[in-house]
Amino acid sequence: MSPSDLLPALPFIIVSVWAILLLLFDLFISNKGITAILAAAGVAAALVAVIARLGSYQVAFNGMIVADSFSDYLQIVILATALLGIAVAYDYLRRMNMERGEYYTLMLFTVSGMLLMSLAGDLILVFLAIELLSLPLYVLSGFARPEKSSEEAAMKYFILGAFSSAFLVYGIALIFGSTGTTNMAGVAQSIAGDQADPTLMIIAVPMLLVGLGFKVAAVPFHMWTPDVYEGAPSAAVAFMSVGAKVAGFAALLRIFVAALPELAPAWGPVVIAVSAATMIWGNVAAIAQSNIKRMLAYSSIAHAGYILMALAAASDPTVADKAVSAALFYLFAYLFSNLGAWAVVLAMERSKGGGLRIEDYAGLGRRRPALALAMAIFMLSLIGVPPTAGFIGKFLVFGVTIEAGLIGLAIVGVVTTLISAYYYLRVVVMMYMRTGEPESRSEGWLNRTVGLTALATFLLGVLPGPILILAGSSGFITP
Amino acid sequence: MDAWILTLVTFFPIVGVIVLLFLPKERETAMRWTALLTAVITFVLSLIMLAGFESSDPDLQMVVRLTWFSIGDLHIEYFLGVDGLSILLVLLTTFLMVLALLSTWTAIVDRVREFMIFFLLLEVGLVGVFLGMDLFLFYVFWEFTLVPMYFLIGVWGGERRMYAAIKFFLYTMAGSILMLLAIIWLGLDGGTFSIPDLIKAQAIPANLQFWLFLAFAAAFAIKVPMWPFHSWLPDAHVEAPTAASVILAGVLLKMGTYGFLRFNLGIFPQASVRLAPWIALFAVIGILYGAAVAYAQKDVKKLVAYASISHLGFVMLGLFALNLQGLQGGILQMINHGLSTGALFLIVGMLYERRRTREMDAFGGLWKVMPIYAGLTLIVTLSSMGLPGLNGFVGEFTILLGSFGSIAIGSEGFAILAAVGVILAAVYMLYMFQKLFLGPLDNEKNKRLPDLNRRELLTLVPIVILIFWIGLYPRPFFGLTEASVEKVVQLVSSAAMAMR
Repeated sequence: MSPSDLLPALPFIIVSVWAILLLLFDLFISNKGITAILAAAGVAAALVAVIARLGSYQVAFNGMIVADSFSDYLQIVILATALLGIAVAYDYLRRMNMERGEYYTLMLFTVSGMLLMSLAGDLILVFLAIELLSLPLYVLSGFARPEKSSEEAAMKYFILGAFSSAFLVYGIALIFGSTGTTNMAGVAQSIAGDQADPTLMIIAVPMLLVGLGFKVAAVPFHMWTPDVYEGAPSAAVAFMSVGAKVAGFAALLRIFVAALPELAPAWGPVVIAVSAATMIWGNVAAIAQSNIKRMLAYSSIAHAGYILMALAAASDPTVADKAVSAALFYLFAYLFSNLGAWAVVLAMERSKGGGLRIEDYAGLGRRRPALALAMAIFMLSLIGVPPTAGFIGKFLVFGVTIEAGLIGLAIVGVVTTLISAYYYLRVVVMMYMRTGEPESRSEGWLNRTVGLTALATFLLGVLPGPILILAGSSGFITP
Repeated sequence: MDAWILTLVTFFPIVGVIVLLFLPKERETAMRWTALLTAVITFVLSLIMLAGFESSDPDLQMVVRLTWFSIGDLHIEYFLGVDGLSILLVLLTTFLMVLALLSTWTAIVDRVREFMIFFLLLEVGLVGVFLGMDLFLFYVFWEFTLVPMYFLIGVWGGERRMYAAIKFFLYTMAGSILMLLAIIWLGLDGGTFSIPDLIKAQAIPANLQFWLFLAFAAAFAIKVPMWPFHSWLPDAHVEAPTAASVILAGVLLKMGTYGFLRFNLGIFPQASVRLAPWIALFAVIGILYGAAVAYAQKDVKKLVAYASISHLGFVMLGLFALNLQGLQGGILQMINHGLSTGALFLIVGMLYERRRTREMDAFGGLWKVMPIYAGLTLIVTLSSMGLPGLNGFVGEFTILLGSFGSIAIGSEGFAILAAVGVILAAVYMLYMFQKLFLGPLDNEKNKRLPDLNRRELLTLVPIVILIFWIGLYPRPFFGLTEASVEKVVQLVSSAAMAMR
């Protein structure tokens, strides 16, 4: 290791060191608002570090860490998610009587894991990162203790998460056995040079898919999602529904596109099937939900399916770069629409799980016009109606799917999009077309987050150019 | 000016939206005036566009073409243009918007600001659909129109408004997402989303044309709506507030027929020739079915809604005759239908505002209490029936002429059956008129109904003037469309030659 190795990993180092320091400082801070601000400052510093190194390509720690435009892009998404996650948590935790400083330090730890995930050029590091990001998330899910549902969520998430991690690590071990290396570039070379043992690979690759499929909530590894999203504190869910997914896709894309491109004929069909199943089941199950948190949970499953479409398209080497770019743009669009929607849920939630039924939104259009308008924009973006970010995202994803010749998958995509319109519009119907007396909170940071994400969702739909350029140049993953 | 006039016509309503956002809550009259004034200025802008329009030029005019953004090496353009196929539809839109807003003056009292905002946003979407010449841009406008219309029906509609709004949204979206896939395919295949470039290239092999034609047709046929994809229309119409019905029937449905004209005929001419007899068949079924069901209705609004299905069957028959008369007649009939049916919905709305019911049995003998209203209704009714001297006759006659001599459709039977539809139209329209206005004035509640006030006169008289104008002297209207239509006809006939 040389000092120059530290530079590519600087954002990760900033966040993890800051998390440790904040854990200590927090003991002496009585106003937890200051902890939140300090945590946000650490995230912002990391964001500056990412932007400062934008566009350069660096490999560090003997190929363990790869900092390229792909990782830059994802780190920007992750850090933006973290900032918004802190903003929505601030008032919520206070209101729900769970304002404790650890919340923010735990968030910083999980963010550092997510950052590491996007930087990982080695399978061992992927495993390390997934544990680093998961363990704090388990705790955050149970943060509303002694609330039973929260504890249940944490327990469920932990047990199933540990189970899926075992699959992942087993898959990595088998790849090591097959190729003699865990370095992604080495794995790719070994497979290209016909030195890998194909039998082991046939077992290993599905195991990776199981382990990471769990993180992104792909069917059939999604079972935990509705229960965890429903039981965990909403502020934590708002953050992790985006953050964990981004990190999961960072690993999926890098491993499958950069380390295993030679095996694409084998994993391509599997990803197609998983993607189709995820879109179908996520959207169909969402229709039946009456609790908004569960509905958004199934919606997040469905969106994993759409992003998986891009991974399926990436199995065609001629469109792989474009497919990765499409997935990257989709994640950005998903960040704003989904986190925004969760922020509205936070504004509507009352203690003891009140205000979480979709019927509780009746009359919101009259009572809180701005909040309802923002929610309508998020819902339309999640459907994919222009001119919103979600539409551009879906357009790109369908585009690469068609370009890769997967017309059948694209048709599944549009048909499920139509199904999704039904349940997303139900929220809009409630807000504008039913009468009611909804109770909602108007809190500074929550309002600002809602406003900002709504504006971003709209602007990204009208002027997607800059982000498209950024995503376009980040599509070339280097192992 | 030339370069920016189309942008202005499309986006000027946004100015009104911004003003509306900042008006204080209690100033509802100011909101109405703002919206109306915005629509009037947009109409004037569209007249300026008309003044600069060179009718002998078959190509796009007043073009704006800029790169909007790029996906890899594929450029999405901000590309607006107008030609003979679209200019009348743009004028119809801006014209009906003004009248529709006038009709809301006393009808919309709840959430006025939101209503006006959605209405103006709808205008942006509609004008954009007719002017957008990049497939992506077109699709953005196309899908966007769903959102304001969904709210207009869902918030200000009748009793079953939520059902109607969701049905409208899902039904029309079902068609348009298939079109989205076809659009993506076209863009990837041709390396451009520019509609004129794709039409010029004619690079799509016949067997693929067939599938892409169907994908586009799915979106358009639902929008028109063609039988058997019409079931959303009666629900949406009956539940929508008057002004939204006027725009829905007058303009929104024309998005579908315009789509067939611009895209299916232009980009897939071979498939168009091949499928013309089938489209004609569905069109004629629609004409007869719509007419038959219209006759069976008790609710005036439903009657007019089903009559729309019948009338749009004529438009489709004319378009797919694939000859000059058929196409010219089809385009003119789009305008005619926009005017007559728009007026009919306004008329029904006026009645509903007075009596809060639309059941025909509740009326009778209204001629005695509301003579001006009855007189205007008679003119509109006769226009809708296709009485010579009024606009409907010119359109339907030209369409029948075109379809009778059409090689593409291949049989005179369609024209003959469609002519039967004209007779049926006379039956149900006169039946409606008789139920409302003739007979004894036996319902107490109807005895004191006030006749039209000045504002209501102002909404109907401009339409009636146009009804006479087109009926007596249609030359200028045909003149605007002729050059562009000839170009389409040439394109289609050379495709037909190539197939032989």
